[in-house]
Amino acid sequence: MLKILKYSFYDLMRSRWSYVYLAFYLMLGIVLLFLNNDLSKAVITLMNVIIVLVPLIGTIFGVMYYYNSKEFTELLLAQPLKRSSIFMGQYLGVALSLSMSLVLGLGIPFIFYGIFKSNAIWDFSLLLITGTFLTFIFTALAFNIALSNENRIKGFGYAILLWLFLAVIYDGLFLMSLLVFEDYPLDQFSLFASMLNPIDLSRTLILLKLDISALLGYTGAVFKQFFGTNFGLIISFLALSLWVILPVFRIVRKSKKKDF
Amino acid sequence: MVSIQNLHKQFNKNVVLSGIDLNISEGGIFAVLGPNGSGKTTLIKSILGMVIPNKGEILVLGKTIKNNSTYRNKIDYLPQIANFPSNLKVKELIKMIKDLRGNTTEDERLITLFKLEPFLNKKLGNLSGGTKQKVNLVLTFMFNSPLIILDEPTTGLDPISLIRLKDLIQTEKAKGKTILITSHIMSFVEEVSDEIVFILEGKIYFKGSIDALKTKTNQPDFEHAIASILTDNHA
Amino acid sequence: MKKAITAIVFFLLVSVLNIHAETIEVCSSCDVISIKEAISLAKDNDTIFIKKGTYKEFDIVINKPLTIIGENHPIIDGERKGEIFTIISDDVTIDGLFIINVGVSYTEDFAALRVRKSKNFVIKNIVLEKLFFGIYIEKSHHGKIYNNKIIGDAVEEHSSGNGIQLWYSKHIDIQHNFTQRVRDGIYLEFSDFCTIKNNVSTNNLRYGLHFMFSNNDIYENNQFENNGAGVAVMFSKNIKMSNNVFRKNWGSASYGMLLKEINDAEISGNTFEENTIGINIEGSNRITYKNNNFIKNGWAIKVRGACYTNTFTANNFLYNSFDLSYNSKMNDNIFDGNYWSNYTGYDLDKDGIGDIPYRPVKLFSYIVNRTPETIILLRSLFIDIIDFSEKVSPVFTPDNLLDSNPSIKKITW
Repeated sequence: MLKILKYSFYDLMRSRWSYVYLAFYLMLGIVLLFLNNDLSKAVITLMNVIIVLVPLIGTIFGVMYYYNSKEFTELLLAQPLKRSSIFMGQYLGVALSLSMSLVLGLGIPFIFYGIFKSNAIWDFSLLLITGTFLTFIFTALAFNIALSNENRIKGFGYAILLWLFLAVIYDGLFLMSLLVFEDYPLDQFSLFASMLNPIDLSRTLILLKLDISALLGYTGAVFKQFFGTNFGLIISFLALSLWVILPVFRIVRKSKKKDF
Repeated sequence: MVSIQNLHKQFNKNVVLSGIDLNISEGGIFAVLGPNGSGKTTLIKSILGMVIPNKGEILVLGKTIKNNSTYRNKIDYLPQIANFPSNLKVKELIKMIKDLRGNTTEDERLITLFKLEPFLNKKLGNLSGGTKQKVNLVLTFMFNSPLIILDEPTTGLDPISLIRLKDLIQTEKAKGKTILITSHIMSFVEEVSDEIVFILEGKIYFKGSIDALKTKTNQPDFEHAIASILTDNHA
Repeated sequence: MKKAITAIVFFLLVSVLNIHAETIEVCSSCDVISIKEAISLAKDNDTIFIKKGTYKEFDIVINKPLTIIGENHPIIDGERKGEIFTIISDDVTIDGLFIINVGVSYTEDFAALRVRKSKNFVIKNIVLEKLFFGIYIEKSHHGKIYNNKIIGDAVEEHSSGNGIQLWYSKHIDIQHNFTQRVRDGIYLEFSDFCTIKNNVSTNNLRYGLHFMFSNNDIYENNQFENNGAGVAVMFSKNIKMSNNVFRKNWGSASYGMLLKEINDAEISGNTFEENTIGINIEGSNRITYKNNNFIKNGWAIKVRGACYTNTFTANNFLYNSFDLSYNSKMNDNIFDGNYWSNYTGYDLDKDGIGDIPYRPVKLFSYIVNRTPETIILLRSLFIDIIDFSEKVSPVFTPDNLLDSNPSIKKITW
């Protein structure tokens, strides 16, 4: 698996898209920090970017990589290699190279800005950790979609739909249901519902840092326990990990049964 | 060498293989023939473990291939369409496969044989179909495995390379290896193969030598024998 | 003639008394071993020195003008039996005592130090621990409360008292005190013309500072942190609040500052940082808010209604989850020339003022008011989209609620 990972990773590192992605984050970091000169504002803007853009890029890139490396995959399949290691290697290669572009692209401008001397370092690290999690989750989801769809147009379509659903539509439905059932106690429901969507989950995690003062304004006991203690942080991270593990598990299972 | 029992495979509702029983003994060249869509490639991919059968069992060198990947160490496979990752260089691809399968020095000889030196530093995406097929051949023959599977090996080859390929096949046969070939070029099949397996509608229609096929179909030459099978069955 | 002689005699008498104002020392090995005894022995304007040691006494009544000074903070232990000092004379100074164990009662407000109907008192350098009420000023005026440290251990509101409490008192000067973990750090009821400066009030159960029916007071340069609900100013007029810091007042009914029925106040130069609600305003009119910093609050300002002709100018609103929340469609308040970190407009003519107005009220803040659980959707892309559409064509938010001259740069003063 490590060998496959190595080749996928190098393959991607040399591809144009990785540079575009890296350059994009570098630019974003530089513009946010040096033109605006406001660290707190930069962190808030970054948060918006991370919870919207990272999933989108993860899905698109994952699907694209899968379809584009079909030949490579078939070549590998005829070699004495386990299917799970082929797909896991490719998946990790994509997820790692995307995460690396993210961390480097944003990290370098921030280091030059002097993040280590600032107390925003924790907010910033949390952003990068969440971004990495989202990359791993959405690349895994993308691989799932691509593995289930031979037709690449369909695959791309589903990938975009998935992103659109989780990034926008889900929250719309979520909001509707909260408004419709507002006479009932909803705090458990709302926490649960945000666990079911990795984007909401990451957002919640970041809210814990950025908007804790607002979150504590709500009276529900469950909310209070969730947001007021480390409980929320731990649960969110566990749920995020689960969001990585389950799709990865399905990649392994699906790939074992697939014909090429 | 390869033993297949009651192999079934369908893609969605499309039945491709329906109960294949096949024994390929050690040594010799076997040609798998059949019309388009008869299931040749599916059969080969089943042996390679790329296609997972719905039913039936495949044994390679006496061991079942289910949930097994190490048996592929004993197989050299030439895929039908030489599709390689396009942003890799030829040199890198060869190095990578060697890295994945173990080292060999055969590659240098094969590179000279097919005159591939000028292309070593070119990206695979920029190569012509024929050159790609040559790279494909190098990758296949550079390992010394007892079973060789060639899916349409002649595609895109110029006459000189074709001759070299035939020589290559004969030397491997002389080493006592088992070679499985699919091809549409009947003259090529007639020239190289010891035995043919004819697949029709997902079943083995005929297995035996070319002469036996000629007798069975009452045709003087191989090409007509094949044609007669097809016309008889579609009439 | 007679009158003149009496005057001279009286003057001489007074000056003799003054010059010969005696000092009495109290310690375990002295002639006088208790404070009560010392007070009964003392004549007007004497000074009592209390040496280091522990004095188990309570209900000490100071009924003549005296100066009581503790050396190295002697401990006065009330053993939870009741009130410890009660001052009922003018011109009393208390300095440098360590008073502990005030009695707790549900019927009487026992205090560590009570001043009743007196004037010109000075209370300074006192340390209070294990108290019920701390310093209680009742119907008194012209007093000074300086440099005291009040450290309570309050757990529940009904069984705890306030650190410094003023009741029907005037012209009291409260400076450099430190109150912690009591019910209200400083509480003013019916007390006018008081000055509260440079105090620190933290971790109190209810309010750091609390005004009720008190007018014409000033509080400035104080720090209020992590109190149940910051500072509450209720039913008062003409309060000047400036340069205070309100931090980390977190909770469902928690705010940096609560204004209720306040008229004609001036709020300037304050910093509201990381509070659930920076300022909560109810029924307050004609208040000027100028040069305040609102940083990282849940809601910088929450307007609950019946607030008219308030002006908000030259404030900084930085990274608040919500800058402003309104619960009505009416607006009679003015927002002008503030800096809003959430402003996304531009300044093409480079005059330092944004070319398009800023709307500080978001649609989402209405939704959260209605269904609080929706707060979990904060910063969601979907919410940004509906907020944007509301911004383009306001339906729910007051049409005229906008800052037409949003500053492009953070405002400094």
